[in-house]
Amino acid sequence: MIMTMVQAINRALAQEMERDDRIIVLGEDVGRDGGVFRATEGLFDRFGPERVIDTPLAESGIIGASIGMTALGLRPVPEIQFLGFIYPAFNQIVSHVARLRNRTRGRFTVPLTIRTPYGAGVKALEHHSESTEALFCQIPGLTVVVPSSPYDAKGLLTASLRCDDPVIFLEPAKLYRAEKQEVPEEVYEVPLRKAAVVREGKDLTIIAWGTMIPVARQAAEAAEGEGVGAEIIDLRTLSPMDRETFVASVRKTGRALIVHEAPKTCGLGAEIAATIGESALLSLNAPVLRVTGQDITVPLPKSEDLYYPGPARVLRAIRKLMEY
Amino acid sequence: MIETFDPLKGERLRILDESGQAAPGLDPGLPDAELRTIYERMLRTRAADAKALKLQRQGRLGTYPPSRGHEACQVGLASAMGRDDWLFPYFRDLGMYITLGYPLADYFHLWMGNEAGLKTPDGLNIYPIAIPVGSQIPQAVGAGMAAKYRKLPIAIVTTFGDGATSEGDFHEGLNFAGVFRTPNVFICLNNQFAISVPRARQTAAATIAQKAVSYGFPGVQVDGNDVLAVYAAAREALANARSGQGPTLIEAYTYRMGDHTTSDDAARYRSKEEVQEWERRDPILRFRLYLGKKGLWDEAYEKAVQDAAAEFVEKAVAEAESRPAATPEDLFSYTYAAMPPELEAQLADLKAFLAEGRR
Repeated sequence: MIMTMVQAINRALAQEMERDDRIIVLGEDVGRDGGVFRATEGLFDRFGPERVIDTPLAESGIIGASIGMTALGLRPVPEIQFLGFIYPAFNQIVSHVARLRNRTRGRFTVPLTIRTPYGAGVKALEHHSESTEALFCQIPGLTVVVPSSPYDAKGLLTASLRCDDPVIFLEPAKLYRAEKQEVPEEVYEVPLRKAAVVREGKDLTIIAWGTMIPVARQAAEAAEGEGVGAEIIDLRTLSPMDRETFVASVRKTGRALIVHEAPKTCGLGAEIAATIGESALLSLNAPVLRVTGQDITVPLPKSEDLYYPGPARVLRAIRKLMEY
Repeated sequence: MIETFDPLKGERLRILDESGQAAPGLDPGLPDAELRTIYERMLRTRAADAKALKLQRQGRLGTYPPSRGHEACQVGLASAMGRDDWLFPYFRDLGMYITLGYPLADYFHLWMGNEAGLKTPDGLNIYPIAIPVGSQIPQAVGAGMAAKYRKLPIAIVTTFGDGATSEGDFHEGLNFAGVFRTPNVFICLNNQFAISVPRARQTAAATIAQKAVSYGFPGVQVDGNDVLAVYAAAREALANARSGQGPTLIEAYTYRMGDHTTSDDAARYRSKEEVQEWERRDPILRFRLYLGKKGLWDEAYEKAVQDAAAEFVEKAVAEAESRPAATPEDLFSYTYAAMPPELEAQLADLKAFLAEGRR
């Protein structure tokens, strides 16, 4: 069936809820309203108010309550309406979700999936455009997942819902309805902790995820016209990171470009660049480059294009790498 | 009973006065054997607490939050709980652990600095202690939501201090509990201080119990140095929770006799006179007087109970100290269900470093 990413997410939730009555969806407006992006549309009618719970407006309460549900064997799927509103729940996530398995030596685990839209490009107001994935990648115990296509969204979310570790599932809001794609009706998993080579090329490696995958593709196609073959790695799981796939690619191409929406300093690009330095230094024909969001607060929509990477900025970096 | 003591009118449930006299009509009427069990748990708690302080001073145990003065709250509450109920504790709940049957050796092992002590034995429904203040409260409510979803006739208990009531999680948790009418019992051990900051600096409300009113469920203040009052209020609140009648907030009005932790010096912020005044209201002394009036206590019994408590504690210390140190594998194996390659590499590197020996 041809569908958008938000529809694919909805299908994954519905099919897993059908299969497993331990799955509970909770959050603000997820019930009757079907979520502000309609990701949970229809679930309330199908599974009832006991499994699709409209909660009070309280992010720490939502995540805290989800943790408690896992103590009694449930697998909650809390939704935080926008990543920019997750901070009141940060204490629950960092101090409990991430570490309960370790601090109880495996006696208590927290198999929950926190779904939240992230990123700029939806002409939203302040605090609705954040891309702060690196904050979560610094926390041991969390699995951070970002899909870039409807097919991956369904498969990665299904895998997340079945994962015994807590997952932060970041949904690129800009891509919710940006493209339609054939998505199988049957249930399938796209494995966590596994990056994908989404475009092959011999001259350089672009490492990106989420909203930056379409941007990288456009830049790669433009570069193709200039005789440059760009390989694109979609990281998909940001933490724990599949280092092997991009290291192998860089060993082949000899050039690496990291593209992310988040600010440059201490962004995930720094970790990726360091890994390439550790593991593929002698394969490099040029320094590792990054095209990222600026180290400033995400601007309001009128100036968004100055902030976050578009195909032209990526193409400029590709040329720089090739001319080095 | 809970509804008849209105916190908005400044009423407080007390069954035993300081001479150990029970108020007529309020005594919960526990069998003699159970009364003695409660007393024995209180003495074990005090003995274990004193031992932990001693071990800390000898460098055999890490920073520790003493429980002295809280024995009535802890033992009274836990004695009212059933095997299937859950506890979401805070960090000063020694008497609850002892009462619920958590191995004291494990408890010491934790405070000696090993996570293995926090691995609740199977069959015990005790979530790990919450160190970030108040963060356990919404978790307990989520467990209550899950119990309701699964139609389990159980209650979820969570404990916290007066300082925690200033946290957002207190509000969010109790608000959820009211909205979803969860089977929760919230126990605030109001011991008058959050480290150095007095109760009056936490809230301008006359009582903590009255906050329940704004969440749409009952709250009651009890004398936290009266084990029978704590027990009676908890028993009723637990029964209400298990039978679908929703949550209750109990404020146990008490005093922290010791320092906040072994790193604190309470003399910096409170007077000797105040502490002496509370010594007079000692929860163990009061219950002992009550047992004496009932003919359940004499010197020989006291000695037997003290000796048994000492033996119980010494055995636990010996066991905790004989446990092996954590290995690198212990440290790395529980971060994820399956160790990612990066962690495997870090573990291998740590082991290689250790194998090289120190120069």
